[in-house]
This record gives sequence, structure tokens and C-alpha cells, in this order.
Amino acid sequence: MTTAIAQRRATPLDALQRWLPKLVLAPSMLIVLVGFYGYILWTFVLSFTNSSFMPSYKWVGLAQYARLMDNDRWWVASKNLLVFGGLFIAISLVVGVLLAVLLDQRIRREGFIRTIYLYPMALSMIVTGTAWKWLLNPGLGLDKLLRDWGWEGFRFDWLVDPDRVVYCLVIAAVWQASGFVMALFLAGLRGVDSSIVRAAQVDGASLPTIYLRIVLPSLRPVFFSALMILAHIAIKSFDLVAAMTAGGPGYSSDLPAMFMYSFTFSRGQMGMGSASAILMLGAILSILVPYLYSELRGKRHD
Amino acid sequence: MTRASLHPARIAIYATLLAACALYLIPLLVMLLTSFKTPEDIRAGNLLSWPEVVTGIGWIKAWDTVGGYFWNSVKITVPAVLISTLLGALNGYVLSMWRFRGSQLFFGLLLFGCFLPFQTVLLPASFTLGKLGLASTTTGLVLVHIVYGLAFTTLFFRNYYCSVPEALVRAARLDGAGFFTIFGRILLPMSVPIIMVCLIWQFTQIWNDFLFGVVFASGDAQPITVALNNLVNTSTGVKEYNVDMAAAMIAGLPTLLVYVLAGKYFLRGLTAGAVKG
Amino acid sequence: MATLELRNVNKSYGSGLPDTLKNIELKIDSGEFLILVGPSGCGKSTLMNCIAGLEQISGGAILVDDADISGMSPKDRDIAMVFQSYALYPTMNVRDNIAFGLKIRKMPAAAIDEEVARVSRLLQIEHLLGRKPGQLSGGQQQRVAMGRALARRPKIYLFDEPLSNLDAKLRVEMRTEIKLMHQRLKTTTVYVTHDQIEAMTLGDKVAVMKDGLIQQFGTPQQIYNDPANLFVASFIGSPPMNFIPLRLQRREGRLQALLDSGQARCELPLGLSEAGLEDRDVILGIRPEQISLAPTEANGLPGIRAEVQITEPTGPDLLVFVTLNQTKVCCRLAPDIPARVGDSLTLQFDPARVLLFDAASGERLGVVGSPPASTGKVAQFKGR
Repeated sequence: MTTAIAQRRATPLDALQRWLPKLVLAPSMLIVLVGFYGYILWTFVLSFTNSSFMPSYKWVGLAQYARLMDNDRWWVASKNLLVFGGLFIAISLVVGVLLAVLLDQRIRREGFIRTIYLYPMALSMIVTGTAWKWLLNPGLGLDKLLRDWGWEGFRFDWLVDPDRVVYCLVIAAVWQASGFVMALFLAGLRGVDSSIVRAAQVDGASLPTIYLRIVLPSLRPVFFSALMILAHIAIKSFDLVAAMTAGGPGYSSDLPAMFMYSFTFSRGQMGMGSASAILMLGAILSILVPYLYSELRGKRHD
Repeated sequence: MTRASLHPARIAIYATLLAACALYLIPLLVMLLTSFKTPEDIRAGNLLSWPEVVTGIGWIKAWDTVGGYFWNSVKITVPAVLISTLLGALNGYVLSMWRFRGSQLFFGLLLFGCFLPFQTVLLPASFTLGKLGLASTTTGLVLVHIVYGLAFTTLFFRNYYCSVPEALVRAARLDGAGFFTIFGRILLPMSVPIIMVCLIWQFTQIWNDFLFGVVFASGDAQPITVALNNLVNTSTGVKEYNVDMAAAMIAGLPTLLVYVLAGKYFLRGLTAGAVKG
Repeated sequence: MATLELRNVNKSYGSGLPDTLKNIELKIDSGEFLILVGPSGCGKSTLMNCIAGLEQISGGAILVDDADISGMSPKDRDIAMVFQSYALYPTMNVRDNIAFGLKIRKMPAAAIDEEVARVSRLLQIEHLLGRKPGQLSGGQQQRVAMGRALARRPKIYLFDEPLSNLDAKLRVEMRTEIKLMHQRLKTTTVYVTHDQIEAMTLGDKVAVMKDGLIQQFGTPQQIYNDPANLFVASFIGSPPMNFIPLRLQRREGRLQALLDSGQARCELPLGLSEAGLEDRDVILGIRPEQISLAPTEANGLPGIRAEVQITEPTGPDLLVFVTLNQTKVCCRLAPDIPARVGDSLTLQFDPARVLLFDAASGERLGVVGSPPASTGKVAQFKGR
């Protein structure tokens, strides 16, 4: 049976509706492609040129990277990153987990205490750096305070000691970020199935044992999240160094981010600066890619 | 709720927690104390000594020095926060409700972009701003903050909207609502929590930023973080720590205030970004 | 109210993936209630989304009142849908939820108020108009969702498993209400469910779906009494049809099935005599209610003595499980029959109701006993 089939034509407005989602997303897509990936590519290209004060596009192969490898300051900065990053991550994790576990014990005014631990995250690293630079001031800061309190002859001049200045950075960074680790773990602890804990208690385990052997191991995803974010903060650390030490004394507390800024914008070594930026990207990728890989593999096993 | 017994263990726990509180609060206390002293007082006393005379000269001088830049920060932060939030909301809406080929890929690219070390884009960005005539201007800095905040704001909204049942959008489509009507009349009213999170997160990030400020807007257009750093790290003249501390407080108070008033949204922003990894 | 026709509708999600919908052909008249029923993943929800325009079909046509709407956007199709999760707008109150679609269509405020009043009276939700969805129970949200659809007075109503989220008792109540409403309003309706009881009780026509294909399309009675294949037979009916695999024997030119309960044997004569059937593996299908206790006087129907293995008293029935041909067989008997585990009962079958299926393809082999009801398409024997 074939009666006449009327068909309502699609109006231009209908076509617009179909395209609208793509149109709305398009500017952001463009921004991301250009501003993120396009610019990374540009920097990548620059790292193979001999740009100095102005960008030039003369190809010099890996020369800039070679210069980096020869540069003592870059080595100092890289070594500092490992020391700073390692200590910062480790101590922040320990402090954060400890505080989270303690707060998990049904503490009165828990919310208030939590607020205090977390407030440093709301501050700029410049403010943090400024504050700790004063606190650790050799002569007027911590050492004067302790001397006034009775500890005669106490000296604390790490801030101007080339071998120890990195530890000052660690102290300030841990102060800022450990509250964040605490918040992450507290949320994770709250999500732990209480019946597991009860089963362990019935089995006779003591509370510390339960935390160490059962609860914390089950929070591995939180560990990795925290690790990733702390590592990210460490690698990008620029503000803190700028405020606390400006890389000094000399360049003993330099970090790659500071190096990059200094060489690119102050010393007119754009090629080398670009190379250092690409190496920083490499560092982040070297942590990110295995992490993502293990995440995806983990999901497939589930 | 029964009071937990005063075990020695519990006392130890409280003691540890309170000691930690002190450690976290002392720097703030020191900053405040120092800012209200005179330079002579500072040299005579120590970090925690009460001011001989409580004076505001540090504050006045600090405001004279960095006050102008405070308003720069405002001019930079407010538009950047609002625009990046709006764009993030629209993007999140499209990515979660109107999936099409390539949208998943784009989301992946965006997610990756959250991990970017900004050092890799500083040079090209400054070239571009130069070409656009926006070098060393607040407008240029606003643009930069919008571009590089897009990844996070889109992430926030996309994750939030993914938990909204798709049936809701389908019902609205059948009711005859179009793309923007669904966004404006149905999703946006439901989005108040995530809007708060996004605004507060972006405000904190952008106000506290230093890297973009020092690279793209030195000079008259610089935000307060750059001005603070310049003040604190001058090698000329006598160090006036009271001014330094007062200036640091001025720079830090806005975000601190936001944190105190709306901390739970701040926390949600931190954990939302983290949980997604 | 409108007629709905689906002509050769296909839907695929891309090359390399099997089609989600294959050659769907359906036609319902104005005012009819069509049920799409099938297991999860059979494509019924996809088909519903295609009818609504929320997804595009890859081939074929959808016609409403003989007009092809396949290219139209959802808002132009004049179709309303009630969702499984109700999908009420959480930030609006009930009144605004119902009025939303009408406001978009720029209906004048007075007319909107009238519609809201009419619909809320019909569904008895007048007292809920000021509340937000979060303050309503599941059943109340259900009604509001229906009200939202009714207010639009569309040509076709779509229901996507609307009762699945309700508890059992509420489900039965709402089922009756939906049926009453349909009788009153005579709305053309397409209703998706995985619950075969809803399919049987609510529908004028039923389409059983599996793997994107319509296995059978007909009235509930046709589907029940005359299933086109093994899948349809097993899907509809609770407790499900018994399936006994066996091989037929030819005796004096007629085919029969040999049943063995371990205690006794029985030869079940079948009305077929096609050549070659005895060489195939077949499956005998008989519904539990078609097996009865043999009466004391012989009545000519074949019977077999079997040992009771499990009894399940359900209240209105007694389900008795025996073993025939090493297969567990369920018999639905009257509740007052004194049967205990271990007892031997003589059960009898009505050979006119027995169905035969090809074991390999699942298709129904001929019709045993009286011919099936003739009207309606017992079409698309493409089950597998």
C-alpha cells in the first residue's frame, strides 16, 4: 500500500542545531590545539635553533641540548630538582598521611583543624616563599627566636648555605602542600569500607596494624594521585624559588623552571631555554606515561 | 555521642594534632606580628615577640608600594575567572551531553593539557601576544589565563555533567528545547555547586599566579604577586621587613579570605582535580 | 491520534559493528498500544529513541499518519516520552515541569494553566504542583512524568520501561492505571519493557525483539499460543515453557514423540506427517499449565507416570517438577492436589497444544493440533 508520503523538509535551523555543539566546542578546540600543542611544537622547534635574544630559525641540531649538558648551572638545577622533589614528596606524603590518620579518629572540631592544615594551599607560593624567607632569616629569624628562648649559640643559616639552601625550599613547600595530601587521604579514608575494618578488629588486629596492613594499602590509588600531583608541583616550582632565594646563593638553589626563565628571558638564550623547557616536559611525561599506562592496564584486569 | 575516654593514646593524638596546628599557624602569626612592628623593633625583638608599639606604618608603606598592583590583579583576575568558567561550562556541557566523533579525543587532549609544564609555551605565547600588541598589558595576561585555565574548568564541568542523567537532556529535547535552552534553563540552575568550585579554584589559581605575571606583564601591568616579589627581593636599600610582611599579607588576604568563607568548595576543587588524576 | 509505521528500519553504529536494528517492520493503527519486549541489548530502547528522533536511523523510514518523519528533529515530531528514570527537571517544581514543553511551544499562559489543571486532575497530582521532584516519591514522580507527556497532547506516546524503578506492588498498581488511561484516552502508544507480564497485560500488539530483529509481531494471545520460534516461546510465559529435546519416531506413517519418565513411557501422537522430520533433532514445547493430572476415568489423552522431584506451592498453584527424557519439566497443577516429593503422579498432555521446534534453528515446525489464529502477521521467523 503506497499512499503519498509527505516529507517535512529539514529547515536550515535544524541543520544549525545539529552543528551547534561542534560550533560551540570549536573555539576551545582551536585554542587547545594551538595554545597547548602548537606552542609546545614551536618550543620544540626553537630548541633546535640558535635563537638567542630574538628567535631565529637557523637549524643547529642538538647543539642547544649539548650546551645544556655542559652547563654547570643546569646540572645543579637538575640535581636540586631530584633532591627537592624527592624530599618534598616523601615528607609531604608522610606528614599528610599521618595527619589524615589522626584526624580519622573521630576528633572533635575536626573540620576546624582541617581548615587550619589546608589554608596554606590558598596562598600564593610567592607569599609562602616570602614568609619562610623571613622565618628562616639567618640572624633575625628562627635562630634569634630560639636564642631568645634560651638556646644559646643556636645558628640557622641554611638559607645562605649553598649546600643546605635546598632544604629550606623543602620546608616551605611541605608546609604549603602537606595539608592537601591530608585532605586527599582523609577523603580516601572516609571511603574505606568500614566492614573491612570491623572484620579485622574481630580478627584481633590492633588499630595501628589495621591502618598499616589493611587500610593504607587499600588507598593505593590515592597514593598515586597524590604522588602525581606533588611531582607535578615539584617540577613546576618556580614561584617558591623566585621568592625565597632567587636561585641563590649564586645558583645553588636553582631549579629547572627558574633556569628556563632566567636563560630565556633574562639572559637572551632562547634556544637553550627552549631546550630546557622540552627537557622539563620530558620529565613530566616520564612520570605521566607509566602512570597512565598502569591505570589502563589495571582497568583491563578488573 | 559518647565522649571517647581520655586514653593516653587519645591525649597523644590531640597533642600531635594541636602541635601541627601551631606549626601551620605560626608563619601567619609571624607575618602579622612583623607587619605591625617598626624596623628597629624587628631588629631588637624576635619572630614571636609582641610589638613594642603596634604601628601601621609598615602597612601604609606597603600599600603605597604595591597597592596599585593590587588593582591590577583585580582587573586581571575577575574577567579571567568569569570567562574561563563560562567557557568551561559550555565545553563541559558539549563534551558530556552531545558526544560526537572526536569529542572523546579532544577531551583526552584537554586532560593531558592539565599536566603541561607552562615553560613549554611561554616563549611562543609571548611572541603571539607581541604580535597582537598585547605584550605587557593586563588584557594580554587575561587572555593567557583564559587559555591555560580552560583545561581545568572544562574538566570540572564535564565530570560534573557526566553525573547528570542523559534522560534529562532527552526529555528536554522532546519537549522542544534547543541546545542553549537546555543549557540555560535546565543544566545551569543545577550547576551551582560546580560553578562555585570553579570560580573559587580559578580565582585562587589566577590571583596567586606569578609565572605568567612575570613573563607577560612586567612593569605597569604586573599583578601583585610580581610586585611583591620585586619588593621583597630588591637588593638596594635597607630591608624593611615590616613592609615586606605587610605587602605579603596584602597579596595573600584575598585568597585567604575566599578560603575561609568558602573552604568547602576550595576543597572540592582540589579533590575533584585529583581524583580524576 | 495517529498511525505509526516502521518500514525496513535499520540502524548501525558504524562499519565493522553488527547492526543494532535490522529490517524492522511494524504497523499499528491509531489508538493502539504496541509493546516492544525483549531481553537487554535486543535493541528495543534504540528503536524507541529512533522513533522519537533522538537517534538517526541508518535506513528505512518511520511514518506517522503516512508522513515520513525520519528526517525531522525530535521537537518537530510531536512525540512525547516517559522515561524509566522519569527525567524530571530537578530545579523546577511539578507545575513548571509539566508546563515546560508548552512554554517552549509558545502556548499562551492561560492555555498552559488549563492543560496543567486538566492533566493534574487526571493523574491526581494536583496537590503536588508546588513541590520539586526531589520531594516526591517514585510513584508520584512517575505520574508527573506521565503528566508532562499528556500535557503535550502528542500524536504518539512513548514509554521507556517506566515501571522498572518502582517496587513490585506499585508496579502492579501503575500498570492498571496506565491501562485505564489508555482505554480512556485512546492514545497511540509504544511501550518498551523487559517484563513479559506487562507485555501480555498492557498491549494490543506485541513485538518480541532479540539482537535487533523482530522475532514475532502479533497480539499477546498469538505470541503466547503460537510462538514463532524457541526464543519467543521461552521468553513469554511464567513459569516458562518446558522444552524437551528428543527425536521423533515414525509409526504407521504418523509421527510421534516418545516420552520416558524413568518409571514409564508414553507415546505422544503428533498431527504432523512431513517426510524427514524424524531425522532431525527437535525440541518439544509444552507449557506448565498444559500438563494436568490424569483424571481417574480414562479420557483418551496420553498420560505418563512420573516421580515428583520438587514441589513449589505458590498459593494459587502447585508447581510440580518431574523428569522426562532427562529434562526437568514443570507442571502447573491445582493447589489442593496432594503431591509430595517422591510420590508418583500420572500426568497427561493435550497433544493439540504441544509445539515442535527445530533444535538447530529454533524455528517452529508446522503447527501441531489445531491451526493458529489467522489474523496478524506471524512474520519474520528469523530467530536465532
